Amino acid sequence: MNYKRPESMQLVSTHYCAGCGHGVAHRLICEVIDELGIRERVLAVAPVGCAVLAYDYWNFDVTEAAHGRAPAVATGMKRCNPENIVFTYQGDGDLAAIGAGEIVNAANRGELISVFFINNANYGMTGGQMAPTTMLGQATTTSPSGRDARREGWPMKVIEMLAQLDGVVYAARCALHTPKHVREAKKAIRAAFDAQIAGTGFSIVELLAACPVGWGVKPTEAVQVIEQQMIPVYPLGTVKQVASAAPVAP
Amino acid sequence: MPRQHNTGVTKLMAGNHALAEGAVQAGCDAYFGYPITPQNEVPEYMAQRMAEEGRVFLQSESELAAISMVMGAALTGKRVMTSSSSPGISLMQEGISYLCGCELPAVLANVVRGGPGLGNIAAAQSDYFQSVKGGGHGDYRLLVIAPASVQEMFDFVFWAFDLAFKYRNPALILTDGLIGQMMEPVTFREPTWPRATPVSFDCSGWALTGARGRPPRSIKSLYLGDGVLEAHNAKLQAKYARAMAEEVRYEAVETDDADVVFVAYGIAARVCRETVARLRAQGVKAGVLRPLTLWPFPSAWLAEHAPRFAHIMVVELSCGQMIEDVQLAVGNRCPVNFYGRTGGGVMTCQELTTVALERFSTKAV
Repeated sequence: MNYKRPESMQLVSTHYCAGCGHGVAHRLICEVIDELGIRERVLAVAPVGCAVLAYDYWNFDVTEAAHGRAPAVATGMKRCNPENIVFTYQGDGDLAAIGAGEIVNAANRGELISVFFINNANYGMTGGQMAPTTMLGQATTTSPSGRDARREGWPMKVIEMLAQLDGVVYAARCALHTPKHVREAKKAIRAAFDAQIAGTGFSIVELLAACPVGWGVKPTEAVQVIEQQMIPVYPLGTVKQVASAAPVAP
Repeated sequence: MPRQHNTGVTKLMAGNHALAEGAVQAGCDAYFGYPITPQNEVPEYMAQRMAEEGRVFLQSESELAAISMVMGAALTGKRVMTSSSSPGISLMQEGISYLCGCELPAVLANVVRGGPGLGNIAAAQSDYFQSVKGGGHGDYRLLVIAPASVQEMFDFVFWAFDLAFKYRNPALILTDGLIGQMMEPVTFREPTWPRATPVSFDCSGWALTGARGRPPRSIKSLYLGDGVLEAHNAKLQAKYARAMAEEVRYEAVETDDADVVFVAYGIAARVCRETVARLRAQGVKAGVLRPLTLWPFPSAWLAEHAPRFAHIMVVELSCGQMIEDVQLAVGNRCPVNFYGRTGGGVMTCQELTTVALERFSTKAV
C-alpha cells in the first residue's frame, strides 16, 4: 500500500499534541471523502475545542460553530443546500454537554448530516476538565479526586442514547488506538457518509481518541487507557444501522 | 426571484403577518425560528408560505439553535431570517455575535415584549440597549431599523435584506407586540424609501458552496495570531463607519418651527405624532423626530437642530434607553426630557398631551 496524503488534506503540520487522536480522525475522514469523490461538495463544521482549527488542515469548505451548535449550523447548511455533503466534527464537551440539545434534536429530525464525535473523556483545549464522558474515578482538573457518580453523574453513552431516536439510521462507536481499530473506524466513517449520500437519515460515529496531555500520561500509556479503561465503558461496534430506511425528502 | 406576489394588492393584515409576507416577497430563502409570544404569527405564517414557495422553513429546538441554523444558511449565501421576542432574542445573542464576527448577512426581527426576565407578553421598547449597544460579546454593531406601521413591517424587510447584504452583517427589525398584533391595510409592493441604491445579493465570491474549481474557503471568527483580531476588528469598524455615513434614516415631522420636539420610534412615535396635532391645536408648536434607523442613530440631525428647540422630549415604552443616545447627540444644546411607560403600559395621546402641557406650555409658548 502506497502512503500518500489525501487530496482532502492540506500539506501543513498540525498543532495537535503527540499521541492525540485528532490527526488520525482528520485523515480518515479525508481518505473517505477522497474515495467517495465528494471533496468539492463537502461543507464541514468545526467545533469549539482543539479541533477548531480543522479548517487549516482540510482542503474543502469549513466553518466553525459556537460551542455545541455545530448540528444546528449544519442543519441550516444542509436544508438550504441538499446537494452538498455536510458533516460536523465535535468533541465530547461540545457535543454531549453544551450541545446536547442541538445533537439530540438534529438526530431526532433525521437531518441528512454526518457527525464525527471525538470522545477523549475530557475537555482537551481548556486544560483537561471533566466532560460528560469522563469515566468514573478519572481525575481531571475539575474532578481532582476522580469522577464520583453521586456527585457528577455517570459517563454519558451518546451513541446508545441517540440510537433510540427514529431519525438516526447509522450509529457506531470505534477507537483509534491500534491499526486494526483505525481500519474499523474508517469503515464506519464511510458508512456514515454513505447514509447521508443515500438520503436515509442522520448518521454518527463516535471515535474513542487519546488525549495524553489531558490525561497526564505518555502517548504509549494512552493507548492502554483506551484499551483497558475506555472500551469497557464504551463498547465498540455498530449500535444501529438501518439499511432499508426509506429515503426522506431533504 | 422575481416572482409574482400580487403587487399592488392591498390587504388588511396583522403586523406579524405583514412582516412574514414581506420576507417572502423580498426573496427570503429560509426561515428558522422558535415559538414565543407575541411573534408566533411570524413562524406560523412562514410555515405555510415558505412551503408554498418551495423554500426552507424549520422550527428549531431553541433560539440558540435557530440563530445557529440562520448562520448555517447565511454561510452558504442564502437570504435567511429569524424572528423572536425579547427572552428569545437574549438567547440568540451568542449567534448574533458570531454572525457579526464572521461577517454574515441575516435578517432578525425582535417583536419586543416586557422584561426583564419573563416579563410579560405586552408591547415594550425595553430592548433598545441590547439592540444598538451590542447585546452579545465583542465590538460589533447591528443595523437596527424600527417600523411604526403594518405597512412598514412589510416594507422594512426588503430594506433589512438590503442592509444585511450590503454590509455582510445582521440587520435587526426592532418592533413590538403592538405593531406585531395590530391590523392595518398593507399594499404589496417593491418599496423604495427608505431603501437606498440596489444591493447585490451575489455571494459567489465568499459563500461556502463546496470547493468546486476554486480553493477551499473557511469562514470563521477566531483569529489567534498576534494582531490579527485587532486588524479584523478594525475592518469591522470601518464597515460600521461607512454605515454611519450612508444609512441614517429618520422622519422629521413639523420640526421646522417647533419649540417642543419629541424623539420617539416605533409605536411611541405614532402616539407622539397624534400628540403633536393636539398640542398645536392648543398653541404649542410641537414636532417629532422619528429615527427609522436606531443604529446608526440620527445624531447629526439632533446636534444640528437642537439649538433651535426649547425642549426635547424622548418618549419610549421603557424606563429610558434611547434617551442616552439623544443626550449624547444633543449635549448641552437643549434640555432633554423623558417620558416613558413600561411593563405593557402604553401612553395615550391625552396622557402625553397633558404631560407636555404641564411641562412646557408656559415655558415653550
